[in-house]
Amino acid sequence: MNAITSRRGLLKAGGALTVAFTVGLGPKGAAAWTEKPVAGDEVAAFLSIDAQGGVTVFVGKVDLGTGVRTGFMQIAAEELDLAMSRIRVVEGDTALTPDQGPTYGSLSIQNAGVALRAASATARRELLNMAASRLGAPAASLRVEDGVVSGGSGRVSYAELVGGRAFDLKVDTNAPIKPPEARRIVGRTVPRVDIPAKVFGRFEYVHDFKLPNMLHGRPVRPPAMGATAEAVDEASIRHIPGVVRVVHQGAFVGVVAETEWAAVRAARDLRVRWSSWAGLPDQARLWEHVRATPVAQVQVTSNRGDAAGAIQGAARRISASYDFAIHSHASMGPSCAVAEFRDGRLTTWSASQATHNLRKQLAMMLAMPVEQVRCVYLEGAGCYGRNGHEDAAADAALLARAVGRPVRVQWMRADEHVWDPKGPPHLVDLRAGLDAQGNIVGWEAEAFIPKGAGGNVDLTAAELGGLPRENQIHPGNIIHNLALPYTFPAVKTTCHRLDTTPFRPSWIRTPGRMQNTYANEAFLDECAAAAGADPVAYRLRLMPADDPRGREVLERVARLANWQARPSPQRERSGEILRGRGVTYCKYELVRTYVAAVAEVEVNRRTGDIRVTRFFCAHDCGQMINPDGVKSQVEGNIIHTLSRTLKEELTFDRGTVTSRDWGSYQVITFPEVPEIVIDLIDRPTERPWGAGEPAAAIVPSAVTNAIFDATGARLRSVPFTAAKMRAALQGA
Amino acid sequence: MTQTVAMTVNGRAVTVTVDDPQMPLLYALRNDVGAGGPHYGCGLGQCGACTIHLNGEAARSCQIPVAEAAGKTIVTLDGLGTPDRPHPVQAAFIAEQAVQCGYCANGMIMESAALLAKNPRPTEAQVNEALANNICRCGTHPRVVAAVLRAARG
Ligand code: FES
Ligand code: FES
Repeated sequence: MNAITSRRGLLKAGGALTVAFTVGLGPKGAAAWTEKPVAGDEVAAFLSIDAQGGVTVFVGKVDLGTGVRTGFMQIAAEELDLAMSRIRVVEGDTALTPDQGPTYGSLSIQNAGVALRAASATARRELLNMAASRLGAPAASLRVEDGVVSGGSGRVSYAELVGGRAFDLKVDTNAPIKPPEARRIVGRTVPRVDIPAKVFGRFEYVHDFKLPNMLHGRPVRPPAMGATAEAVDEASIRHIPGVVRVVHQGAFVGVVAETEWAAVRAARDLRVRWSSWAGLPDQARLWEHVRATPVAQVQVTSNRGDAAGAIQGAARRISASYDFAIHSHASMGPSCAVAEFRDGRLTTWSASQATHNLRKQLAMMLAMPVEQVRCVYLEGAGCYGRNGHEDAAADAALLARAVGRPVRVQWMRADEHVWDPKGPPHLVDLRAGLDAQGNIVGWEAEAFIPKGAGGNVDLTAAELGGLPRENQIHPGNIIHNLALPYTFPAVKTTCHRLDTTPFRPSWIRTPGRMQNTYANEAFLDECAAAAGADPVAYRLRLMPADDPRGREVLERVARLANWQARPSPQRERSGEILRGRGVTYCKYELVRTYVAAVAEVEVNRRTGDIRVTRFFCAHDCGQMINPDGVKSQVEGNIIHTLSRTLKEELTFDRGTVTSRDWGSYQVITFPEVPEIVIDLIDRPTERPWGAGEPAAAIVPSAVTNAIFDATGARLRSVPFTAAKMRAALQGA
Repeated sequence: MTQTVAMTVNGRAVTVTVDDPQMPLLYALRNDVGAGGPHYGCGLGQCGACTIHLNGEAARSCQIPVAEAAGKTIVTLDGLGTPDRPHPVQAAFIAEQAVQCGYCANGMIMESAALLAKNPRPTEAQVNEALANNICRCGTHPRVVAAVLRAARG
C-alpha cells in the first residue's frame, strides 16, 4: 500500500484535529486552491487526528526514495506517543501541505523534521491538558500509550479528546520535546514503510498513476536543442491507430494518443521539419569556453589576510586547476506526469521535488491564476536534484489542455538523458604558498561557475513553446565549500559567476559543495605532498581548535581505515598494479554535517584502469532519526558519486547531447562497487542535520588523492577515466 | 489490424488485443494486464527495470514483441510472491532494506530470483556478475548483494 494518501481517501477522512503552526517562508495569505489549512501563522496545518485516532502528517518536503517519509513518521510517533502504524503521511500536495521549499540541500529532516517535531510536541502538550481536565488529574501525572492517555479517574484517547472538532493552535517551538533517554522510536533503526510495497510490485509510482478517460502523450523534441519546428506533417502518422492530436507551438511539439504504444510510435514517426541550429560549444574546448564566458558577478566567499601577498612571498608556490564534467541526473525512471483540466482548474501529478514552485511556474506558463492550479507529489524514480519531472508535468499540462482529457506523459530514455537540466561544468583554479617547513602561508581559490542560486528551473515546454517563464538560470547554491574549514593564515576564495552555461543548469546531489570540496581537498593533498607530510596529520594541524567534531571524524576515519601515517606518494611503485589510499574531510557548508573519507584504489599502470577497492567514511550529522536510513543515504552518496567520479560525462556535438542512453552515458555497475565501511557518529543531544548529500562531497578528492598515492600522478579532471590515467602516468 | 495474444501471467490465463504485434510486451503487461512490477527504464535492454520471468528465464520485457509471448508463461514481480508468502529474495530485500527509490528493485529481484533458481549458492562475485547489467542510480548495490546472499542461505 502506498503511504501517500490519495485525494479521495483523504477527503473521506473527516473529523480532524488540526494543529496550525508557522514554519519556513510560506506565503502569507496567498490565494490558494486548498482543501485544508496549509500555510500562514494561524492555519498552516501539519497534523490532523481523525475520529478513529488515525494521524495524518502533512509535509511540504517529499520522499524522493530516500526514506525520509519513515523519518517523519518516527518523529510524529515519538512526540505524540503513537504506534507508527497509526500515522500516514501526505507530501507535497499544494492543496494539503505547507510550502516548505523544494526538497533539496539535505534539509528535509533538519528543517521539516524539526518543524514537525515542534508541531507534534505542541499538540501533545495540548492533548495532555485536555485529558487532565477530563480525567481530573494534573497533566504531569498522565501517561500516554499509543494515543490513549491514562491516569486520574481512567483513560481517554486522542480521538475521544478531539472528537472531530477543528482546533487551532500555534506551534510553540519551545514545547518540550522528548529527552534522549525517553525516546523509543526516534534514534532507533526502523524499517522503511515503503519497502514492502516496492518489493512486491504494489507501490504506486507516478508512472503507475491512472485517471479515467486518460490519454497518453509524448513530447517530440528538436534534434538540435535550439531548433524550431518549421512544419509538422500530421499525415506522417495517420497510419497509426489511436492517434488523437498533434500539438505544435513554436519548438514545442507533442503527440497524444489513446494508448501508450500509439503515442510512442507517433512520437517516433512524426515527420517535422526542424530549423538548423548549432549553438553549443565544442566539447573538446569546453574549459576554454568556460574561461571565456562573460562574468556576471564576482563573489568573494572568504577573505582573511593578504593571500596574494603571502603566496608571492612564500618559499614555495604551487598552483593547479581542477575541472568537473557536466553531468545528467540520469534517473533510472524517465520523468513522468499526469495532468487533468477540470472546471477550468489544472491538477498535475508528478514527482516534482517542489510542487509549490511548480504550481507557480505552470500558472505562469499557461497564464492561469495560481489558485486554479494544484500540484500533487507522487513518488518517482530517485532524482538526486531537479531533473525532468517538472518538465514532464508542463508537457502533460500543454497536451491535456489541447485535448480536454487527462494526459499522461512519460519521457523516453533519450528525452531524459538529453533534456533533463544538467549539472554545469565546474572549474577551479588554486594557488598556495608554503613556507620552508611546508606550512601553508597563503591560499587562493577561484571558481568559474554559472550565476544564480536555488530557485525555479525554467520549464522546457515554456522555453520551447515561447511561453511565459522566468528566463533565469538556477544551478543551486554552488558557491558553498569553496571557503575552507581550515586555519590558513591568509586565504581568499572567489567565485566568478558566469553569465551563461552551455546547458540549462540545475542542481544534482551536492551541487557545488562536491566540486569545490574536490578541488580544495585534492589541492591540499598536493600541498601535503610538497611538504612531505602525512595527509591526515597535515589536515589535523589545520583544524580549528574550537571544532572538535571535525577533528573527531577525521581521526575516526583514519582509525577505521587503519591509516598508516606517511607522506604520499608511496615509495613502493613496482609491479603492474599500484595501490594507494587517499583522505578527504568536509564540513558541509562550513556549518553542518561533518564527514571524512579514506579511499583505497588499485591502478593498472599498463591499462590505466582504476578500481576503488574499499571506501571508508566517518559521518556526524548530529542526532540521527533512523540510523539505518542514514547509513543507506551515506552508501548511496558514496556509490552514486563514485559513478560520477569515475565514469559519468555528458557528451555533445554542436547541436545536442550525444550521450543519450546507458551505453553512451555509462554509470557504475555491480562489479565496480567497492567494499564500503561506515562509522556513524550518533549525537542524540544535538540537533539533526542532513545526510542526503554531505557524504557525496568527499568522494572525488578521496579517489584522486588515493590515485596520486598509488602512482605519483595527479588526476585533476573528473571523470577519472583510464585514458586520462594512462596520459597522466606517461607524464609522471 | 488488431490481433489477440494469449499467455499466462502470474498463473492466470490472459488475452490481450493489440493493433501492433511489435509492441513490446512491457506495455501489454503494464497497461493491459495490470502488472505493477515491471517498469519502463530505457526500452533498450540496458537497465533491467522491465525484467520478468518468461518460461522461467529472466527476460527484458521491453525487448520482446508482444506477439512472441503467445503461449508463454510469464511471472512478474507482483506474482513472484505476496506479503504472506514472499519469495525468499523478496523477504531478503526487506530484511536487508535493499531499496531506496525502488525503481530498479523489480529488475534486481527478478534477475536474482532467476539466478538462484539456476545457482542456489552463488558466490558474491557471481551475484555481482549476474546483476552487472542491472542499473541502480540510488546506490543500493551492497544491500542488494547482501540480500541475494541472504536469500541463498535460506
Ligand atoms: S526498460 Fe527494459 S532494460 Fe531498461
Ligand atoms: S533504488 Fe533507486 S534506482 Fe535503485
